[in-house]
Amino acid sequence: MNTRLRWRKFVSNFMLTMTGVCALVSVSVLFFILGYLVYHGGTSVSWNFFTKLPVPVGEIGGGMANAILGSAKLLLLATLIGVPIGFLGAVYLAEFSGGTTAFVVRYAADLLNGVPSIVIGIFAYAIVVLPFKHFSTLSGGFALGLMMIPITLRSTEEFLRSVPNALREAAMALGASRWKTIATVIVPAAYRGILTAVLLAFARVAGETAPLLFTAFGNQFWSQGWNQPTASLPTMIYAYALSPYDDWHRQAWAGGLVLLGLILIINIVARAILSRGIAVPRS
Amino acid sequence: MATTTNTVPGAGPISGSRSFLSKLREGDEIARLFTFLFAASVVLLTVLLVYELWIGSSLPRHKFGFNFFRTSVWDPIFDQFGALPFIYGTTATAVVSLVIAVPLGIGAAIFLAELAPARLSDTLEFFIDLLAAVPSVIYGLLGVFIVIPLMRDYIQPALKKSLGFLPLFQGPTYGFGILTAGMVLAIMVIPYIISVSREVLLSVPRDQREAALSLGATRWESTWKVVVPFARGGIMGAIFLALARALGETIAVAMVIGNQPIIRASLFSSGYSIAAIIANELTEAVSNLHYQSLIELGLVLFLLTFILNGLARLLIVATSQRGAGMGNA
Repeated sequence: MNTRLRWRKFVSNFMLTMTGVCALVSVSVLFFILGYLVYHGGTSVSWNFFTKLPVPVGEIGGGMANAILGSAKLLLLATLIGVPIGFLGAVYLAEFSGGTTAFVVRYAADLLNGVPSIVIGIFAYAIVVLPFKHFSTLSGGFALGLMMIPITLRSTEEFLRSVPNALREAAMALGASRWKTIATVIVPAAYRGILTAVLLAFARVAGETAPLLFTAFGNQFWSQGWNQPTASLPTMIYAYALSPYDDWHRQAWAGGLVLLGLILIINIVARAILSRGIAVPRS
Repeated sequence: MATTTNTVPGAGPISGSRSFLSKLREGDEIARLFTFLFAASVVLLTVLLVYELWIGSSLPRHKFGFNFFRTSVWDPIFDQFGALPFIYGTTATAVVSLVIAVPLGIGAAIFLAELAPARLSDTLEFFIDLLAAVPSVIYGLLGVFIVIPLMRDYIQPALKKSLGFLPLFQGPTYGFGILTAGMVLAIMVIPYIISVSREVLLSVPRDQREAALSLGATRWESTWKVVVPFARGGIMGAIFLALARALGETIAVAMVIGNQPIIRASLFSSGYSIAAIIANELTEAVSNLHYQSLIELGLVLFLLTFILNGLARLLIVATSQRGAGMGNA
């Protein structure tokens, strides 16, 4: 009896320790990734990296300026497409809609959210690239924007719903119309949450590669315009990592470090905004 | 509040008794219509996406029918397209990834939900969330330069030595291939398993634990025999979510799987996944049939993830509601 009890206690302690090890291993992956990127890419992140075009193999120096600008343009477009649709759609869901419509919209958004990014790429290729007969910044922005919609929509809706009904009633009691209530009371009350949702959606698509492969395509030079192919950080990292040249590998590491740094910073900022509460601003 | 009638008493917190006209004058109906257009566009885009995938793959669907999934010749020159190697590659890498990620992920989730003090749990969860935000091209980068050499020089030879009698671990060890892709995928899906499982475990009512402990169960026994079974459905949901993600993952897999449309028993062998072949060949499709066959692969991927995500959501919601229901009782 005593040995059995001791055995059970031993199993308990052992297994619980193992779960701790699992957690430690899982979390440490993040620090491995960061460490490796800093170790391999840190030395290649220089002023040149941000300001120079890529150079041919063998030449020293060069950077990814075109890819950085390209990513910025793509993300700007994506935000312009994804945020209005996501945000206003969420306002409709949270404030105006009834059961059935809301269900259909939510269902569609969840479905869209689950679509693999490569399939989003196919879609953007079929409806933007083929009709224009051009790989373009526009099509890449569309693909990324499409991915931002469901993330923005669903979390914005949740934050709007978390605004207490008393606030709505108070505004209405003062004679404000419904849209005025929404614009001046409800949205301001939920703005931190909405900002977080937008930032997280932004960070999520900032690192996407697959949908850009056949929309924005890639470019070794500055992009000539919105309807021309453009380089972007993720596709550049992808191409450089698979190249056989050491110089390019170093650039890929540097690009990876910059990209991951950006994404992690946005994530941390977003969470910091949220953790300060989504209560009504006092002023 | 689905319609504009104001006669339903208590239909909503702010449904006034104003007429349609006055609402229109005050801009409510305009705002409603305006936001509705945006909400409707989400539905429209989703429907359009499905439609494009369906219409875009009509050629191979009519030409090959079900044989598309049974044959393994992928030859753009002779217009022969069979998806079997890609389906195999996608399935095999996903299975490998789950075999690694599920025990690790659930173990970590148990630690976070049951053992760790709230502050430590939240801090670790924060890191896990960051890990989930790491883009796949970064995983691919590390896969190419860290995991592949590691597999080639250490892990694969060790596996060959110890488990080489199994056909799974035979053949030359190049470093890349199904096993490596599965490893990279495992690292990528672990955060999803942990986050969702932790939530589900936390929703298990406290009484369940206390009841088990009061009957003399050790801490592990109460966790493993009471709490985990209670949350089983939700954990399954977490695994389905991870599986859907693993199936759809493109870049990281394309970088380490070797990109050869072959089917071998060995996990050391190269392979090719559905997402990877779409990424590599869509822009270079030599014929319409080739292009449409790739779209059909996209359709397959879409349907698979659609089903898995749907099941996952059902399971997770059902489990948390069960927890909430018991908690109230």
